[in-house]
Amino acid sequence: MSDYLRNWLTLVVFGGVAVLLVGAFLGLGSLVRPSRQTSQKAVVYESGVDPQGDMWSQSNIRYYVFALMFVLFDVEAVFIFPWATRLEVYDVFGLVEMAIFIFILALGLFYAWRKGLLRWI
Amino acid sequence: MEVAVFIVSAVVVLSGALGVLLARNPVHAALFLVQTLFGVAVLFVLLDATFLAAVQVMVYAGAIVILFLFVIMLLGVDRADDLGIEPIAGQRPLAAVVGMSLAGLLATVLLVAVDGLTGAPAGTPIGDAGDNTRRLGEALFTDMVFAVELTAILLTVAVVGAVALARRLSGPMQPLPVVAIAEVDDDPDEATGDDS
Amino acid sequence: MIAALTTPYVAWWALVPLITFAVAGFLLLTVASLVRRLPAVLAPAWTAVAGLGVLLYLVPMWSRVGRDGADSFLAGTVGVDRSSIFVTGILAVAVIAAALISRDYLPREDLPGVELYVLLLMSAAGGVVMASANDLIVLFLGLEILSIAVYVLAALHLRRIESQEAALKYFLLGAFSSAFLLYGIALVYGATGSTNMVRISAFLAQNVLVDDAMLLAGLGLLLVGLGFKVAVVPFHAWTPDVYQGAPTPVVAWMAAGVKAAGFAALMRVFVLTLGTYVSDWRPAFQVIAAATVLAGAVVAVVQTDVKRMLAYSSIVHAGFILVGLQAATDRGNSSVLAYLAVYAFLTVGSFAVVTVVSGTGDASHGLDAYRGMGRRHPALAGVFTVLLLGQAGIPFTGGFVVKLGVLAAAVDGGAYWLAGVAMLAAAVAAFVYLRLLVAMYLEEVPSGTETSGAVPLGALVVAVASAVIVLVVGLVPGPLLDLARDAVPVLVAG
Repeated sequence: MSDYLRNWLTLVVFGGVAVLLVGAFLGLGSLVRPSRQTSQKAVVYESGVDPQGDMWSQSNIRYYVFALMFVLFDVEAVFIFPWATRLEVYDVFGLVEMAIFIFILALGLFYAWRKGLLRWI
Repeated sequence: MEVAVFIVSAVVVLSGALGVLLARNPVHAALFLVQTLFGVAVLFVLLDATFLAAVQVMVYAGAIVILFLFVIMLLGVDRADDLGIEPIAGQRPLAAVVGMSLAGLLATVLLVAVDGLTGAPAGTPIGDAGDNTRRLGEALFTDMVFAVELTAILLTVAVVGAVALARRLSGPMQPLPVVAIAEVDDDPDEATGDDS
Repeated sequence: MIAALTTPYVAWWALVPLITFAVAGFLLLTVASLVRRLPAVLAPAWTAVAGLGVLLYLVPMWSRVGRDGADSFLAGTVGVDRSSIFVTGILAVAVIAAALISRDYLPREDLPGVELYVLLLMSAAGGVVMASANDLIVLFLGLEILSIAVYVLAALHLRRIESQEAALKYFLLGAFSSAFLLYGIALVYGATGSTNMVRISAFLAQNVLVDDAMLLAGLGLLLVGLGFKVAVVPFHAWTPDVYQGAPTPVVAWMAAGVKAAGFAALMRVFVLTLGTYVSDWRPAFQVIAAATVLAGAVVAVVQTDVKRMLAYSSIVHAGFILVGLQAATDRGNSSVLAYLAVYAFLTVGSFAVVTVVSGTGDASHGLDAYRGMGRRHPALAGVFTVLLLGQAGIPFTGGFVVKLGVLAAAVDGGAYWLAGVAMLAAAVAAFVYLRLLVAMYLEEVPSGTETSGAVPLGALVVAVASAVIVLVVGLVPGPLLDLARDAVPVLVAG
């Protein structure tokens, strides 16, 4: 078997184990737990808010700012990761550079926070 | 084997892209986009660009599509626009023709130019997966350091823009022009715009 | 084994304009986050001071580059030459003007104030990056910083639906054109093996590509992407709608600043980087330039909304600048830079007047609003007259001098037909400005038009200063032309 195939085999094994594990937990749970259905339990879960109206309702623009913040720091992580793999070679230069990078992004977060955009609803 | 993986992921990518175009429900279109982006991630793995593949899944299939879904929810999925109306007569066939010819042109160029693809060597081949990431980091934090810092500014500008636009103003909004009011007749809230 | 990498050399002195704009923007942002209610005058004053500081700093920078020659640093991704300093100066002027016009505009429209200035400073930083980029990726990032800030700026009149509409149109088309640009960069990278402009031009100078289809396709896509930003036909369709809907001070920045940065980028990419392929891209540039001046002038004539009129006139100007650019000679480049400088003054001045006339709500842009202005506001009408005559290119104004410059550059390069077309278009476009002048001086004030009160100071300063500069350049063109002649764009390896 070639190296190449072996690499993919690892992936397949991992995938299989993942599916099995989740299946096992869920299956075990459904065997063990008691089942008492009430109408309350059948209600859609909405983070504690009573669900009402159409499920495709219009959402508040504020959620968008959260999503954007998420993207922002996701991208930040993307840049930090390759930097962290060779932390030792970049020396002070790399440190200052990353400090500036994070600082600029933090300014945006700070601004959004002070403008009250991060308050939930 | 590589060819097989390529074919499978190419099919995944292309069918996802077609799904994005053909799905009538925008949420489904966004989910098809996830499929496409995952397929592209697999293609990156095939090219030994593992870091890029991880970024693809994290940023694009994760964050960006979430952002798309937020926008779709913001606009409201249920209010489907009538796509049968063409604001300017004949623009759609024209757009199709122009789009097709551009795509055809680019495809031809890429096919024709395969032999003389690149004059200059773009760098030595990169070793194993971990090395790949380290080399990318080295390039980013020495040669392209300016670009990295610019990216930070770019992202912050985006946040400032989103915050500035997502805010509600007190005080009266300007009335919509007459034409626009006629169009949004069924949604009086929108016409005043002042519900804070 | 820990061996520290060699860190790239940074010429901090050359980064000062960029850092000033960016830091001024971030400081303003931080102060605005910390303090709930800022005095209304602080943000515009701060922005104008930042612009002025940059402008003053450019003087020693200019002489330093003259003495030591152009430089390139940060691993060759950024360059500094006199043309980038020149364009930075134009951007600084546009920032100052936009800040001054906005000072009275935002309170009048009852809009919250700080973001406009923050985004203005940021987009200026992006423009500076574009003007001094030596790498296509850096150029793209600069363009995106500039554009994203401007998309938001266009939507900032939160009380006007037209403003949001304008921003959405601009954003969708702009994002599309950015994709073209990026694709073009990718193809050029594929064909030459580098995104660094110095390396690309060196590679193309030393090698003859066996098969240059890919490079040519990339070149075309780059042209589409950048052509959109400077609004040349056929990539101009967004301009009238966006100019009409966006807040007027923002339009002043869009027309003066964004265009200057866009043409600086076009010059760096095409004339400098892809100069060896000039015989391939010149015909495209010529056709686009001819189409731009003609279509812009003809369509401008039938407009009734003054902002749309000025939008089409800005398209005509873009065409003229392209007429100079396609020559791809030193003379052409300096004519382009001189044109950009004078055009910046013409356009910020004109939009300052438009801001005043539009009245509360930023809505009255019809010709009616200008009827009888010569009687109601003789001073303002006089200033506007000078600016319109300058835009028309009437002799003894700066507009004439620079129009002559680009035409001479075109004739020099043998493009007689293009110069002829441009002159014809200038004659047609002159009719547009004449129509405004007739409305201002010869037509009666329509009954029911309220006579607006005092002219706000900021806009007045901008309008008067621009008119004076346009006149001075028209009468004594030497200094500006000398500056533009010395502002030779060069690429140097880092």
